[in-house]
Amino acid sequence: MTVLVWAEHDNAALKDATLSAVTAASQLGEVHVLVAGSGVGGVAEAAGRIAGVAKVLVGDDAAYAHGLPENVAPLVVGLMGGYDAFVAPATTTGKNIAPRVAALLDVAQISDILSVEGPKTFTRPIYAGNAIATVESSDAKLVITARGTAFAKAAADGGSATIESIATTGDAGISSFVGAEIAKSERPELTSAKVIVSGGRALKDAETFAATILPLADKLGAAVGASRAAVDAGYVPNDYQVGQTGKIVAPQVYIAVGISGAIQHLAGMKDSKTIIAINKDEDAPIFQVADIGLVADLFQAVPELTGKL
Amino acid sequence: MSDLQHETVQRETMPYDVVVVGGGPAGLSAAIRIKQLNADLSVCVLEKGSEVGAHILSGAVVDPRAMDELLPDWRDSDCPLAQVPVTDNWHWVLTKGGHYAVPHALMPPFMSNHGNYTVSLGNLCRWLGGKAEELGVEIFPGFPAAELLYDGDRLIGVQTGDMGVDHDGNPKGDYQPGMNLTAQYTILAEGARGHLTKRVKAKYDLERDCQPQVYGLGIKELWDIAPEKHVPGRVLHTQGWPLSESESWGGGFLYHQAGGQVALGFVTALDYANPHVSPYEEFQRWKQHPAIRIILEGGKRVSYGARVINEGGWQSVPHLAFPGGVLAGCSAGFVNVPRIKGSHTAMKSGMLAAEAIVAAIAAGQEGAQLDGYEANLRESWIADELKLVQNAQPLVARFGGALGTVLAGADMWARYLRINPFGAMAHHTDAEATGRADLYQPIAYPKPDGVISFDRLTSVSFSFTNHEEDQPCHLKLTDPSVPTRINLPRYAGPEARYCPAGVYEFVDVPGGEGDATRLQINAQNCVHCKTCDIKDPTQNITWVAPEGGGGPNYPNM
Amino acid sequence: MLEGKGDAAMKCLVPIKRVLDYNVKPRVKGDGTGVDLSNVKMSMNPFDEIAVEEAVRLKEKGAASEVVVVSIGPAKAQETLRSALAMGADRAILVSTEETVEPLAVAKILAAIMAEEAPGLVLLGKQAIDDDSNQVGQMLSGLTGRPQGTFASKVEVEGDAVLVTREVDGGLETVRLSLPAIVTTDLRLNEPRYASLPNIMKAKSKKLETKAPADYGVDTSPRLKVLKVTEPAVRSAGVKVADVDALVGKLKELGVA
Repeated sequence: MTVLVWAEHDNAALKDATLSAVTAASQLGEVHVLVAGSGVGGVAEAAGRIAGVAKVLVGDDAAYAHGLPENVAPLVVGLMGGYDAFVAPATTTGKNIAPRVAALLDVAQISDILSVEGPKTFTRPIYAGNAIATVESSDAKLVITARGTAFAKAAADGGSATIESIATTGDAGISSFVGAEIAKSERPELTSAKVIVSGGRALKDAETFAATILPLADKLGAAVGASRAAVDAGYVPNDYQVGQTGKIVAPQVYIAVGISGAIQHLAGMKDSKTIIAINKDEDAPIFQVADIGLVADLFQAVPELTGKL
Repeated sequence: MSDLQHETVQRETMPYDVVVVGGGPAGLSAAIRIKQLNADLSVCVLEKGSEVGAHILSGAVVDPRAMDELLPDWRDSDCPLAQVPVTDNWHWVLTKGGHYAVPHALMPPFMSNHGNYTVSLGNLCRWLGGKAEELGVEIFPGFPAAELLYDGDRLIGVQTGDMGVDHDGNPKGDYQPGMNLTAQYTILAEGARGHLTKRVKAKYDLERDCQPQVYGLGIKELWDIAPEKHVPGRVLHTQGWPLSESESWGGGFLYHQAGGQVALGFVTALDYANPHVSPYEEFQRWKQHPAIRIILEGGKRVSYGARVINEGGWQSVPHLAFPGGVLAGCSAGFVNVPRIKGSHTAMKSGMLAAEAIVAAIAAGQEGAQLDGYEANLRESWIADELKLVQNAQPLVARFGGALGTVLAGADMWARYLRINPFGAMAHHTDAEATGRADLYQPIAYPKPDGVISFDRLTSVSFSFTNHEEDQPCHLKLTDPSVPTRINLPRYAGPEARYCPAGVYEFVDVPGGEGDATRLQINAQNCVHCKTCDIKDPTQNITWVAPEGGGGPNYPNM
Repeated sequence: MLEGKGDAAMKCLVPIKRVLDYNVKPRVKGDGTGVDLSNVKMSMNPFDEIAVEEAVRLKEKGAASEVVVVSIGPAKAQETLRSALAMGADRAILVSTEETVEPLAVAKILAAIMAEEAPGLVLLGKQAIDDDSNQVGQMLSGLTGRPQGTFASKVEVEGDAVLVTREVDGGLETVRLSLPAIVTTDLRLNEPRYASLPNIMKAKSKKLETKAPADYGVDTSPRLKVLKVTEPAVRSAGVKVADVDALVGKLKELGVA
């Protein structure tokens, strides 16, 4: 099988999401990467260095600068005659483009795969990850988006793919990019952060919450979250709330400080790769799901931890 | 209910012939019966849950007597009641580590479950709701009745709750005022401890000739169990341990229902004196009894919920009619306590109410006091049945579990044989029965094991309850100082224990002097069981209907 | 292919789906065949509710003339359509089928309805909270050759175009799309209104027509076979560390310190 992978980039640099998509794709067959954008020579070279990539196709055109699917999808569709599968990372760009490609190819799409079980068989989350479906495609071609946290990143170096320029398909003329506001806070956004430090009601009040949690988050370059109880008690505004009625997060590392682990909170962070809990109650439910637990008084442990990092 | 409900906000009015408050067995039966007798009457049912059945929680083993009268073809239809007839019936007395079965020969014949069915009452109500709508009844789920509408002394309808009101009582962007639904007759069928029923009982002094109502808190779970352990139609009731330890009254139930599931639960009578009792923990430790645990091992919990049940019996049935309205079902209280059955009597009372209302409207009487309804009910099989068992609960309450049960059995047999040795026994309210914390031992309940027993917050999440966060708190404290001034020091803060949903928590006040604490009310967790309204020792808590559509979403409960 | 400009009195088409209520925890059946939906509360997909709200607001602003809601699903989806009518939609179409219909077939049916109804704007939820596919809006756009504005947190109609602000991984992005266009909604677009009792009563007399997938010439046979549905792996309890130093060590191993 040959697989075409969508490269995630910002025209200047390749993004890590591409590396996970390459891993997923490599489980299906020979991997070629499509770099579509504007002024993407550097991105194409970086893509060529990814371990396991056989070829890089470069579509360089102003019409592709912002990944507008009306312009990009025809490019992909035109190439798919030579491929068995199209794999895009499950980023907002990948999720925007892939289904349009699938419809134009008249095939089903399998969204957000967690694993490759066979040449046409995959697992994917449904019901917000409360259930896992194993599905098998009967289509001649596959269109897939792959969840980044489910596939290890391919090595960014070691590959030496051939890089080939391809004909571009121009601007469909029905959509245009107007502007963007890329969040530029010092602290990462909760729903996309790699590391999150979250505080619970044990943090006493807003000042104590800030004085205890924020320095640790700063040291780790982490986003800050909170349990419902902490938000209800007024320690932080409600867009900090992680949980069933707040935000659903899936960072690499989730550090729960003084959070008991009520199921409504767990519902919001259960997909975190590693959960760390600091709580003085050894029976707190959070220890049943924490990968690493420290039973300690957070008012001693957290400043000590912050100091030693 | 927001303070806006009291203001003169512009509200639309919609007239009906009959308005039914509550989409449970009594309300739906009443609605169906009205349409059967006179299809031209306009009937609407208001239901505070997000759908019919969302707030229905019961065992249940149902005596089909009322269904046979209301919808005689039910056995040949897709009615869920028809699915699982009771096949065997056990009554156990539990000791700490063992149990023994009470032979059925010792129990009066009416205690047998032969001919009865075990079913999810929620599913039965969904089916009844469908039948009602087929007959032209309008059902409005997600709309609680928040206020009563009067014209002088006469009840002329209800007002639905306002939506989109913030925590401080101010309208939000999506504010929708409630609507006035006027009616010739209003049926209050809110279930046990209905909040509007509480008000009409006071206004019309409906309890002037009866004993105060008393209640039990039933907490229930639904489990998938290992197929080889499932015996469809098997019914089990237990008494004795664990309530024997705190000298409280109540018992457990476990019914094998459809779909390989068991409905199991525990009822703790709320007249317990020891304020350290936690009905939730009693239920959790009952499940750990070897005879119960073995049924659940290898299985999985599917849902959880709680609701109070009337235990006052016949002597607590109030006057049922007042100008323009009637009480039906558990709002009045027709539960046969030893049989633990109240659905059939609830349905029958709804039917009797319907008959009286249709007759009154036909005679051109609008808004009258339907004393005929009450008279008919007091001559009906509801009365016959409840009189037979009316001393069972008071005897147990007075003499304790073991002796009380023997006496109750004797009394029931005597009455069955038409001898009435004890007369009708009295009881106090549950709130009054609460004793001082320093006179009783705290109870060391075992920790949850996460397999058979669980912590309370995890359990609440299995009721799928939710409420719009930014709304007025629906648990009203008459005096906000009472929890910390009286409940905490005198009764060790029982609200933190009797609430099966963890709504009430005493938390430390940060930076407070020494032991400063406050009561935190997590209203969002509420499962609408009404225990707090009943058991608060100084009756300081009033439950009112929160914004419509909130509360549990019980599946198959 | 649809061409042409929307005009000030354009029609809005809003596809909606009846799904498990978001408050109810899904229960995976022991036999692996799927999630148990018997006797559980079903509701309008929350993202679709947001789409209905946005369409009704456009009508109230005078940017839309009519809001038509459509659902492809079982007979009970009528209740969901009535809820949308109670929120302010004008007319409903039920494409009745008891089978599960995959996003591609849904998109094809919607494309046929678009050809009949000629809306200026199609508004739908970005994904259904049961299948979580996040495909229909994009597929519909591809099939009809129209532009797509996905994950919208703001929608502004400007003459014959629509400005859509989208929630993307890094922040927000705004695109201009020629009408007719397809927009999929994200959570922050609006807060749906409550349906009042008077509106619920009025909704009963609004038009709801029932059709079948075959009426649109669409074959709904699935392309994907669901081999099994299982629960996610249970997180097992991990290790306890003795002190902060040990925790620092673990954080270094994880590469975050």
